[in-house]
Amino acid sequence: MNGRIGFALLVASSMPGAIGIAAAQDKTLTIESWRNDDLAIWQEKLIPAFEKANPGIKVTFAPSAPTEYNAALNAKLDAGAAGDLITCRPFDASLELFNKGHLADLSSLPGMENFSDVAKSAWQTDDGKATFCVPMASVIHGFIYNADAFQQLGITVPATEEEFFAALEKIKADGTYIPMAMGTKDLWEAATMGYQNIGPNYWKGEEGRLALLKGEQKLTDPQWVEPFATLAKWKDYLGEGFEAQAYPDSQNLFTLGRAAIYPAGSWEISVFNTQAQFKMGAFPPPVKAAGDTCYISDHTDIAIGLNAKSANADAAKTFLTWVASPEFATIYANALPGFFSLSSTPVTMEDPLAQEFVSWRGKCQPTIRSTYQILSRGTPNLENETWVASANVINGTETPEAAAKRLQDGLDSWYKPAK
Amino acid sequence: MATIDEPRTRRPFRWHIAVFLAPAVLVYTAVMILPLFGTLELSLFRSANGTRTFVGLENFRTLFLDPRWSATFWNALWNNTWFFIIHMLVQNPIGIALAALLSSPRLRFSAFYRTAIFIPTILSFVIVGFAWKLILSPLWGVAPNILDLVGLKSLFAPWLGKEEYALTTLSLISVWQFVGIPMMLIYAALLSIPDEVIEAAECDGITGTAQFWKIQLPLILPSIGIISILTFVANFNAFDLIYSAQGALAGPNFSTDILGTFLYRTFFGFQLQIGDPYMGSAIASMMFFIILAGVCLYLFAVQTRLRRYQY
Repeated sequence: MNGRIGFALLVASSMPGAIGIAAAQDKTLTIESWRNDDLAIWQEKLIPAFEKANPGIKVTFAPSAPTEYNAALNAKLDAGAAGDLITCRPFDASLELFNKGHLADLSSLPGMENFSDVAKSAWQTDDGKATFCVPMASVIHGFIYNADAFQQLGITVPATEEEFFAALEKIKADGTYIPMAMGTKDLWEAATMGYQNIGPNYWKGEEGRLALLKGEQKLTDPQWVEPFATLAKWKDYLGEGFEAQAYPDSQNLFTLGRAAIYPAGSWEISVFNTQAQFKMGAFPPPVKAAGDTCYISDHTDIAIGLNAKSANADAAKTFLTWVASPEFATIYANALPGFFSLSSTPVTMEDPLAQEFVSWRGKCQPTIRSTYQILSRGTPNLENETWVASANVINGTETPEAAAKRLQDGLDSWYKPAK
Repeated sequence: MATIDEPRTRRPFRWHIAVFLAPAVLVYTAVMILPLFGTLELSLFRSANGTRTFVGLENFRTLFLDPRWSATFWNALWNNTWFFIIHMLVQNPIGIALAALLSSPRLRFSAFYRTAIFIPTILSFVIVGFAWKLILSPLWGVAPNILDLVGLKSLFAPWLGKEEYALTTLSLISVWQFVGIPMMLIYAALLSIPDEVIEAAECDGITGTAQFWKIQLPLILPSIGIISILTFVANFNAFDLIYSAQGALAGPNFSTDILGTFLYRTFFGFQLQIGDPYMGSAIASMMFFIILAGVCLYLFAVQTRLRRYQY
């Protein structure tokens, strides 16, 4: 008896699916993503806006945990069970999916023209001929400061390196605040918030990055060693015991108002807005001399692509074109301050701190993190090595020259730039 | 001596032995032996253009002869050895001393002490790593404050962030966590010494510390041997504590990198580094051989010479 009820239930439970397909006037698109934090934003803001404009297409946002995403997605794609739309990690992870034929070529998608070459570089083949994901957002590096502290100490926002160190010196002399909240324990803070934050001003952004890729510049050249030399000077302005200070410690030091300056990525904005009780401001990485062109790291972080085996490719392309539109950009950027749209059309944002960050795009040249494209494909892995080297340089256990030489030697051991 | 032809009694094959062994053998084979051989096999292959190709011992040649790989490997092996040395020099003597104190009949609340010292052993590595990271934090930790109270603030350093101290600090954290195990094993061994032996010693005038050194210690030597080899195996398989306290890059500057974290990074990849299961298996195989060699050395060179006493 029970068995029969169970069987009946099984049949019944599979029915709605069958009915759904039978009555499929509506096409349903499923989005694979690792951003489970954004579930509410998709369900409440983005999807309703799209469905309103495009009746007949339903969209489901189906995220998985960030740490499981890559593995789960690969398994689903191999089994042919993945959703129609795939959220793309930058560079090699997505490139591998494209090379395996899991992601469709979107180079000719209407709306792609809204993105600059730098914006698309994270989701292109090495030769730049095929683009396979629509860029969604980037994160920008800079410094967030405690505006109340600056006012109290009479410090103006530094524009040049000299002013920057003068400000740090002043904060240190006063003693109320720790000049800068950063630790080297987790290594990546030193590399990402340190080296990749201030570096572009030295190696002139894209110019230096591409020259490095072509083998025309080396990591031992002055423009690549100098950021390390500057980082080494930060040591004196970090909190006591910074060697054992982890990333959450740095965040807390700053939001509790104990530190004056925080080398940041724009993703901190929403967290800091809810936690900090004081007024905050932001400034881009200081340039060497007043009037120099400034460069910022505007790092491509997230995009969305089309599953090559999707049954609803047309509907999915409609959705992707919408993702490429200014309308999507506005909703997304405002819902997630600190994740900036990569669209070339300017987006109006309400958050003042996010506005400040994005305003640098107007006056500075954007670039991406130097180690992300191609250069971290081999062993030793340049990105990981840069983490260790940056932390060593700040800790004072390795000289800038030695660190740079080690990185270049490691890169030389496997990377042969195409001449 | 004349050989006597005994009538050969054919014993029936004793099926029950096989039947009783089968569940354990099957489960052990499925979850331990097959994966072990799978790993050894995988280490002989390499991925070339997406296909798996047999390369013989090429991965091991890379591991030992490529200057980068070998530097990382020897660094990890030495760190692992240092990790083991600290355990042998600190954990086991303290464990034995605690057991000796606990087995003293005059000690009150011994059940309480025994439980309290054993509790860290059952905690998760993640909790231990996190708790100690907080205790030793230069910003919010209690360690700097406590040192300050006794006027020794100058002795404080951000231990987990300094190349020269980090590994020793982590070893001592691990000792704190696991000191309960040698204590329990030795305690059990001490309890199993018959009272007559002790009483006979007392009649001969051997009491107190002398009694421990002359009577009890020789009797628990086999247990100490077992503990040493357990420590060896556990230390060379260690991974969790380092990973939870220092991350997969085992900073600062790989000073806390042990074979387990080196294997993890290589096998599963890390951040932008894509995992290489073949090199990873080569490292895992080396870990297996190192442990195997250590255990064999103990079994054949040490254990056979230990004297056992029957009472």
